[in-house]
Amino acid sequence: MAQNETEIRYLTPPTVEVKKKKYCRFKKNRIRYIDYKDPEFLKKFLNDQGKILPRRITGTSLKYQRKVAKAVKRARHIALLPYVTDLLK
Amino acid sequence: MSNQYETVFIATPVLSEHQMKEAVQKFKKVITDHKGEIVHEENWGLKKLAYPIQKKSTGFYYLIEFKGPGSLVEKLEVQYRRDERIIRFLTFRMEKFAVEYAEKKRKQKESEKSKEE
Repeated sequence: MAQNETEIRYLTPPTVEVKKKKYCRFKKNRIRYIDYKDPEFLKKFLNDQGKILPRRITGTSLKYQRKVAKAVKRARHIALLPYVTDLLK
Repeated sequence: MSNQYETVFIATPVLSEHQMKEAVQKFKKVITDHKGEIVHEENWGLKKLAYPIQKKSTGFYYLIEFKGPGSLVEKLEVQYRRDERIIRFLTFRMEKFAVEYAEKKRKQKESEKSKEE
């Protein structure tokens, strides 16, 4: 009995998640210019509705998030990416 | 030192190939007439638009990179606005990384071409 008190029992065993560290892909790959002419690449930074994903999800550094935003906006203007949509991917 | 600019325009898909060439010639002339210097040009051809513009779902894309004074951009854009054939345009100054990137991309294309031959 004394043993059971100290041991906590779970109905479902707790899963210990190993969090993968996020990184800025531009810093890692030394990309210094983000091309607006490549919509397939820019789609990695958009959600299904064509909205720009926040940094906390993509892990992009602030410097490059600004550049991503600019590239996406240029691509939208020149009709390479939609402004609003459903099921982009 | 003059800046390097990049301009892309979309022309209506109703144009014939000849008319399209004429339009390109016109804008290139606007650039060269105002002390601009064309660095590079690229024809993307007929492309599908991501959303309809003026009830059109496709358009001819054409890209020109040029060097010139800032006042040229204004004159070029006025010409774009006056021209009914142009349904959308985008002009911006290329930062130094953009210039580097464009040059690198061009070199890559050239080397690929020479490999194929």
